[in-house]
Amino acid sequence: MNNTSSRSSRRGTTEAPWIRWTLTGLALVFIALFLVLPLAAVFTEALRKGWLAYLEALKEPDAWAAIRLTLLTAAVAVPMNLVFGVAAAWAIAKFEFRGKSFLTTLIDLPFSVSPVVAGLIYVLVFGAQGWLGPWLAQHDIKIVFAVPGIILATVFVTFPFIARELIPLMQAQGTDEEQAAIVLGATGWQTFWHVTLPNIKWGLIYGVILCNARAMGEFGAVSVVSGHIRGQTNTMPLHVEVLYNEYQSVAAFAVASLLALLAVLTLAIKSVVDWRFERDRQAAAELPPERPAASLPVARPAAA
Amino acid sequence: MSASVTVLPLPAAGAGVSRRGSARVLPGFNLTLGFAVLYLSLIVLIPLSALVLKTLSMSWPQFWEAVTSPRVMASYRLTFGASLIAALVNVVFGLLVAWVLVRYPFPGKKLVDALVDLPFALPTAVAGISLTALLAGNGWVGQYFEPHGIQLAFNPNGVVIALIFIGLPFVVRTVQPVLEDTEKELEEAATCLGATRWQTFSRVIFPSIAPALLTGFAMAFARAVGEYGSVIFIAGNMPMVSEITPLIIIGKLEQYDYAGATAVASVMLVISFILLLVINGLQGWQRKRSAGAMA
Repeated sequence: MNNTSSRSSRRGTTEAPWIRWTLTGLALVFIALFLVLPLAAVFTEALRKGWLAYLEALKEPDAWAAIRLTLLTAAVAVPMNLVFGVAAAWAIAKFEFRGKSFLTTLIDLPFSVSPVVAGLIYVLVFGAQGWLGPWLAQHDIKIVFAVPGIILATVFVTFPFIARELIPLMQAQGTDEEQAAIVLGATGWQTFWHVTLPNIKWGLIYGVILCNARAMGEFGAVSVVSGHIRGQTNTMPLHVEVLYNEYQSVAAFAVASLLALLAVLTLAIKSVVDWRFERDRQAAAELPPERPAASLPVARPAAA
Repeated sequence: MSASVTVLPLPAAGAGVSRRGSARVLPGFNLTLGFAVLYLSLIVLIPLSALVLKTLSMSWPQFWEAVTSPRVMASYRLTFGASLIAALVNVVFGLLVAWVLVRYPFPGKKLVDALVDLPFALPTAVAGISLTALLAGNGWVGQYFEPHGIQLAFNPNGVVIALIFIGLPFVVRTVQPVLEDTEKELEEAATCLGATRWQTFSRVIFPSIAPALLTGFAMAFARAVGEYGSVIFIAGNMPMVSEITPLIIIGKLEQYDYAGATAVASVMLVISFILLLVINGLQGWQRKRSAGAMA
């Protein structure tokens, strides 16, 4: 790391050492109290009665059913939002059309809707008193208070993740490379697979892991549509709630610890992706003739 | 770029082509836009319109009574009050964390940087039971406050703490990139002209990060208003005292009061829309500011 050059230029624009240390100390104490401590508490509480009790809690059939349902939900919801995210980003980033910014705003909408409201709207559409309720009952199809409702609610709350990761990335990359491929005779699919996809792969992975973390961990929306049938419609977060409310603290924290591990894993992958993305970007910046690497303020004299 | 007469398997151009001919070399516009709009409608817009229509089918007195009953009003006060306090705390500490991460070297910096996103990645229910275990009277943290008569869990204090946790990354992640891009030259100029470090911060640096700070505040606030999972474990959920608005909706649903639940939900939905517009406006302002700085 060649920090020395940037450090010497910083002289005169930084604070006295005691201020630096105080601020750093304050920030670290805040992080320790609000982030490290809650994470550590999950594992300590889970192992309070030792490894045996921990493993026993995880082997329980209802816990297994919850794990399976959570995996199934994520396995359906994430690919659905992946296909949508890529399609929406292609249309929005590569073309000009009217209502584009409105569409972008609508895509962000599920982020600002409370999870509880997200669950409620599906009850209003598919529930017994809802729009489609009578028709569904006639045909003996259960959506709300069953697995399809859980998946739908999860799709709703994780809806924007991948699209909002890809749209700015693909916009910054422009259309020059794709146009070249098309002009040279590539089909649309070939262009996408061989030109666009390699360019957006880090953003794609980023979006997918964040989407997955939220899909597996969603609580509020799923809670409204699940019906809370043990062993059938309880996802892992809902199972945590059930166990906790029954004062089975160790079992609740044991299941919670799996979700915490998922969170840690997500953060680890995210950091690696960040690092690789930055490296790719810098590598691209060092090869100027191909493409003026987007959003990098390298070309000081050449710029307008 | 006019050599677009190659063999294209997909419909090459959309309906309103004329404006930007060159971009329409690429295929798949109709397909991808059509799919995106269809999917958006099925998953988001049609279900949300069910909420709006259900609300419109209620009579005004019925609606008004549902959304202004004393218990619901108490829940608004708690939800918005606690969200406001939490978002303000996050502005102060989020700025501090972002500042330290961008400006000062210290060991373990990358780890801390990665950890900031924990509230995004940790399921809210897990955060909820973990914070409760910490802050309850016999918990790691709570035991030091209990003897002094301060209760951190099962009352509004707990709600605020949970919302601080949930909103923490928003301010850090909006301020951090702006702080990275601030121009050292401006600060050097200020120093050369005799400004103290504090003057430089308050007159030069702060104005340039203010839009990002406001955006982060609005995002943290918006998230806190709708938050459910992390709060219900720690709040104690006493009617009139520590019951948040999303819990009111759940409570009404459990009593099969669909109309009441929908009415309260529509109030929350309108507030989310307003916050979304505010955030969009703030981001536009921020972009304009940074574009202005570049030119």
